[in-house]
Amino acid sequence: MTTLPQHTEKSLGLVIDLDTCVGCHACVTACKGWNTENYGAPLADTDAYGANPVGSFLNRVHSYEVQPETGPAQLFHMPKSCLHCADAPCVTVCPTGASYKRVEDGIVLVNEQDCIGCGLCAWACPYGAREMDPSEGVMKKCTLCVDRIYNENLPEEDRQPACVRTCPAGARHFGDLSDPESDVSKLVAERGGIDLMPEQGTSPVNQYLPPRPRDEAPEFDVLAQFLEPVAEEPSGFLGWLDRTLSKVS
Amino acid sequence: MHPAPSIILFTTLSGLGFGMLAFLGLDVPAPRGWIAFWFFLIAYVLAVGGLLASTFHLGHPERALKAFTQWRSSWLSREAWLAVATLVLMGIYALGLVFFDVRLRLFGIAGGLLALGTVFATSMIYTQMRTVPRWNHWTTPILFLAYAIVGGALLTGRVELARALLPLLLILQVFAWIDMDRHEKADPTNIGTATGLGDRGTVRAFEAPHTGENYLTKEMVFRVGRKHSSVLKVLALFIGMLLPAFLLFLPFNHVFAAFAVLLHLTGVLVQRWLFFAEARHVVSFYYGR
Amino acid sequence: MNVQLNTSPKVSDEVRKTTCYMCACRCGINVHLKDGKVAYIEGNKDHPVNKGVLCAKGSSGIMQHLSPARLRSPLKRVGPRGSGEFEEISWEEALETAVSWLKPLRDSDQSKLAFFTGRDQSQSFTSFWAQAFGTPNYAAHGGFCSVNMAAAGIYTMGGAFWEFGQPDWDRTKLFMIFGVAEDHDSNPIKMGLGKLKARGAKVIGVNPIRTGYNAISDEWVGITPGTDGLFILSLVHCLMKAGKIDLDYLARFTDAPCLVNGDEKSDEFGLILKDAAGKALVLDRKTGKPTPFDDPDVEPDLSGSYRHAGITHRPVLHHMADRYLSDTYAPETVAAKIGITAERIRAIAADLARVAFDEAIELDREWTDFRGKKHSKMVGRPVAFHAMRGISAHSNGFQTCRALHVLQIILGSVEVPGGFRFKPPYPKPFWAHPKPHATHQPGQPLDGPHLGFVHGPDDLLLKNDDPQINDPNTPKRIDKAFSWENPMSSHGLMHMLISNAHAGDPYKIDTMMLYMANMSWNSSMNTSGVMQMLTDKDENGDYVIPRIIYSDAYSSEMVAYADLILPDTTYLERHDCISLLDRPICEAEAAADAIRWPVVEPDRDVRGFQSVLCDLGGRLGLPGFTNEDGSTKYKDYADYIQNHERKPGVGPLAGWRGNGDEHGRGGANPNQIEKYIENGSFWVSHIPEEAEFYKPWNAAYQDWAVNLGLYDAPTPYLFTLWSEPLRRFQLAAEGKHRLSPPEHLKARYAETMDPLPLWYPPFSDADEGYDVHALTQRPMAMYHSWGSQNAWLRQIHGRNPLYVPTKIWEANGFEDGDWAKVTSPHGNITVPVAHMAALNENTVWTWNAIGKRKGAWALEPDAPEATKGFLLNHIIHELLPPKGDGLRWANSDPITGQAAWFDLRVKIEKTEAPEESQPSHPGQKSPVGAGPSTVKQKLGE
Repeated sequence: MTTLPQHTEKSLGLVIDLDTCVGCHACVTACKGWNTENYGAPLADTDAYGANPVGSFLNRVHSYEVQPETGPAQLFHMPKSCLHCADAPCVTVCPTGASYKRVEDGIVLVNEQDCIGCGLCAWACPYGAREMDPSEGVMKKCTLCVDRIYNENLPEEDRQPACVRTCPAGARHFGDLSDPESDVSKLVAERGGIDLMPEQGTSPVNQYLPPRPRDEAPEFDVLAQFLEPVAEEPSGFLGWLDRTLSKVS
Repeated sequence: MHPAPSIILFTTLSGLGFGMLAFLGLDVPAPRGWIAFWFFLIAYVLAVGGLLASTFHLGHPERALKAFTQWRSSWLSREAWLAVATLVLMGIYALGLVFFDVRLRLFGIAGGLLALGTVFATSMIYTQMRTVPRWNHWTTPILFLAYAIVGGALLTGRVELARALLPLLLILQVFAWIDMDRHEKADPTNIGTATGLGDRGTVRAFEAPHTGENYLTKEMVFRVGRKHSSVLKVLALFIGMLLPAFLLFLPFNHVFAAFAVLLHLTGVLVQRWLFFAEARHVVSFYYGR
Repeated sequence: MNVQLNTSPKVSDEVRKTTCYMCACRCGINVHLKDGKVAYIEGNKDHPVNKGVLCAKGSSGIMQHLSPARLRSPLKRVGPRGSGEFEEISWEEALETAVSWLKPLRDSDQSKLAFFTGRDQSQSFTSFWAQAFGTPNYAAHGGFCSVNMAAAGIYTMGGAFWEFGQPDWDRTKLFMIFGVAEDHDSNPIKMGLGKLKARGAKVIGVNPIRTGYNAISDEWVGITPGTDGLFILSLVHCLMKAGKIDLDYLARFTDAPCLVNGDEKSDEFGLILKDAAGKALVLDRKTGKPTPFDDPDVEPDLSGSYRHAGITHRPVLHHMADRYLSDTYAPETVAAKIGITAERIRAIAADLARVAFDEAIELDREWTDFRGKKHSKMVGRPVAFHAMRGISAHSNGFQTCRALHVLQIILGSVEVPGGFRFKPPYPKPFWAHPKPHATHQPGQPLDGPHLGFVHGPDDLLLKNDDPQINDPNTPKRIDKAFSWENPMSSHGLMHMLISNAHAGDPYKIDTMMLYMANMSWNSSMNTSGVMQMLTDKDENGDYVIPRIIYSDAYSSEMVAYADLILPDTTYLERHDCISLLDRPICEAEAAADAIRWPVVEPDRDVRGFQSVLCDLGGRLGLPGFTNEDGSTKYKDYADYIQNHERKPGVGPLAGWRGNGDEHGRGGANPNQIEKYIENGSFWVSHIPEEAEFYKPWNAAYQDWAVNLGLYDAPTPYLFTLWSEPLRRFQLAAEGKHRLSPPEHLKARYAETMDPLPLWYPPFSDADEGYDVHALTQRPMAMYHSWGSQNAWLRQIHGRNPLYVPTKIWEANGFEDGDWAKVTSPHGNITVPVAHMAALNENTVWTWNAIGKRKGAWALEPDAPEATKGFLLNHIIHELLPPKGDGLRWANSDPITGQAAWFDLRVKIEKTEAPEESQPSHPGQKSPVGAGPSTVKQKLGE
């Protein structure tokens, strides 16, 4: 049934740190690699070596420039995949029940056997998190690596989404956002994590940590930050050197 | 949104078909015999043809029956049920009229209402999209129904009614376009809320995730020039409403009437193309387009 | 909804651990196999380099392994050079052809062979082969990559960045990163930045372009290209003027107290005073007498001068005061040139001083220095720096890199907690490295290693010992490395190889053998010119460069220009060693090395190039590659890796030597590679805690390093603020040496070869009318030209616009989708433009090596890489524009010969959009066809 569960036992999701993401795309291809070989149909690439290559990806990294009122422009990288919304509009529009949100952990999934490839769920998603596989004709989306995070064939430490495991800068965190005591919830509280497009009313589980301020003068007094000269001339410097060394020895 | 031919055909044809069925079921006097046969045939060809066209949009049309399962939450599923119910009831109604000269009144009324319900369900597939502000608006179902009714009146030969409705439809459409523009502009979603960076300054998309296109940009990030859309709007009004109305005000003639229908159909196709092409999906903000 | 979902699917049949080769980072990877085929690649959590993480390239390795551009068999050219027309031949024919070309050269004049390697990770092996062959003409790609960085580091402090050292990521509080290409040491830097961010440490990025690491910098300095040295020395000015320098550190561990010969008449004027044993002299504060620097009781004096025989000899620090306290480097003087305000410079200097001195850290660890003095704790200056090509690929790059090291050293932040730390086998002073060699006799090996570190003019490789040569200044090497023009070119000058060979200057060669170097495309400056030189014919109709042998795994642009192709394997099909003798993967707290091994066997008729060299070495009868009976010594590279000994007990791999229980030193172990495979393909040996810092002076470290075979004896030394090798070259120009540089170079020697770092404008500043700087950067998701054959990565970067700053964008009235003509003094290109605001206002840039020649890399001819992608290389020349003095000066650093490709100046104008990016070269025929249209490999169910 593609109605949403009233309540999920957990809200597993990602916390993505925009202060730290260097935009390296590591998460993009780690995701592509794992999910091509695992959940559902492989993530295909059409015209792979030609003029218009189009492949399905479950995670993509955008970049944005921000021009503040004063100071230089800033650049940010923003990885984006399914946000596993509490109020997921992609689920309720699905005519076949292929899209669903799991009660046990809140993960939004597509049962590919039931997907007719109508694309409505992709229309309903404000984030561009769903992509129709160009070869298989079924809707692909982030599974939060549901076949990793509980996988008993993987060592305990590897039971996390492929994108989190691979992120070199440590800008991606995985956990239960419904548990206020979880590391991810604490991180969100500490850093003021935000929803993307809150006005869309989707209540996304994934949270984004805003970048810390950039290019700001240090907090201490502007004048005090400059160094006091010990001398104006080289000869004066040598005098200072002599005095200083005499004090030491 | 990408104006996919399959979906434009689907909404246009099925809208006309179900509009026609609504008239055939609700309006009196009902045609009988061969006349009824031809009317129902045209209505079924349009309605079923439209539905079939929509399956060209599917990745897995062979699984289409699964779309009946989610009527409790999905407008598409409801549309499927309503369409089938309409076609079945109206089928029985048509059999009575064509072969037995019997008018099963209740079937006609129920079928006619269901036909309008089908058009409404179709419109709600678009109206419910919070992600497409232009559609997520009260004018969408009204317009869909209005086009179905006017088309139905035209196709079932309700000349006087059509004369009256065409100018009204024109006014409604012009109002809807203006109001949709306003509604889209007033939508709170922008690149700032999309990225969460809006309070830091002016946000601008720098590099897209990939240098080529992808499913999202092909399906949802479509841009039509303002000048281009204005010309098309004038064209839609002229071909779809003014010209057919003009033809209907001339002394009645079957050739003119057929022209009026064809012109209207063309006008609706242009209107539907614009309905998609002009609609901005909020995911466009992520792509800075 | 009851969806049957298996949340514990089988991951793979088997995991084989090896080393990545998607860039030069050398991370550990887990290769998952299903049905014996590669299914999935992830990072190895135990590996010292990446600790489990993996970048976009690494995770896309499977697509490189499955690339349609993989060569399939040896090839013989049948069409004209550049056409790409080949015929498949057998390995026997290929090898015998190579022998028939090489053997006569070995027996007559080995300098007729030039053997250069590109992104080679086996340089200690390929150079060993070249040495055995006897050619003086061997080098890898360092000369156009980053020799300024590496050489300046080694000449100044016995180590540099990346393989040589790293910031103390766990302790540093202020990190400053200059001009870093986003691929170099990429995962460790990203991991380090992540650590800093998690701790809330401050990051200052100095780069004209605010992408990648600079995007996440808390503070961005959008510097004008080529002015980094000026900025750094201005910081030095501020710090010295405020007395914010670490006097204790300078006195004990650097040459700051060393006395500089002040006798203008002496042949040693400006060199460091030394005692009879050659030990540098300092004044002892207690006795006031000149004393050897390493005397156990000496207290080096920074303050006093030594007056003797009417001459005053002043310590280095006094000379630094003269230089750096002058107004030349005052923030107000330099601000406009650098492109930031004087206040910013002062604020950054203050920030550095505050963190280094007010927020100093102390570790309670005892240690003993080389003079025998015991220290109760380790004092740390938690300011760390990192830099790469952005500051080095300029004609003032060597001195700029030296300037950065001087800044690090005066802050006392090298080899201390929180600062910059060396990785074994570094620290290693320049004088502990070999000097360059180039003497050869027919049929004999070279007289020593090709590359090294000169101490002065005596070590140059000139034909001044050859009576048949008229000009004693004629270089011995084809690339003119270690000649007067490029005296300290420690990595050779690969970028001059083709143009010199084409010009027959200094001499003609017969055969050019290249490995993994895309010289006819993105790995050359002046690409169109290079393609012309490779196809140019003499009056007899023969190619000017007669023979080209090339080894590559893929159908690159260079393949089309070779006569004989020796197809290499992919990185998952080969043996390799990441050796301590080469460019190792050590950490600041551990020595480490690693291997690659064939986790799958090739499905094509290809062989690892190193194994081919073993075979060729045997066929040619090279010493080191043949047994006493003349038979081939190593059956393949794996055999060499396990059994070769560079000196007794020291081989390519340090782990599990002897019977498998000796590390560092020990006999060859026939099961060594097995041991590596069991351990995840790497070996690590941790440095004891008391030896982890102050390594150049720390007795415990020195002993540990000797034990491991890194040194033969403890080698403590002082950091070299005052560079004697540079001063010796100046002395030669002043007529105080038996050798003298050619007249036209003397003024430049005086100006640039200063023993103290200084700044001079990049030579291209003279290009009047070309006001815009043009740069390239390598994206994090692409490595050189390799990524375009990768179905996943090419979707991320399938074309490259020229990014234009707001000022230039608006001045030209550019709009999205526009094209521009970009003109340098050398030529022009027409390319698509895009707007970027977070960019130095006088700089344009693009991603490097995205543009491809049609037909290369198994791409369709209409691929965007070939139609919209472009190279900036076309408009960069090896030489500077003529100055009217009748000479053509190299577009390179005058000290090391480093290619100055970041000096590029252009002008830019809006133009009609052409069909394709210009210049558009005709395509090459693909010897491997084109790739499949749809890719969707899935091995599992």
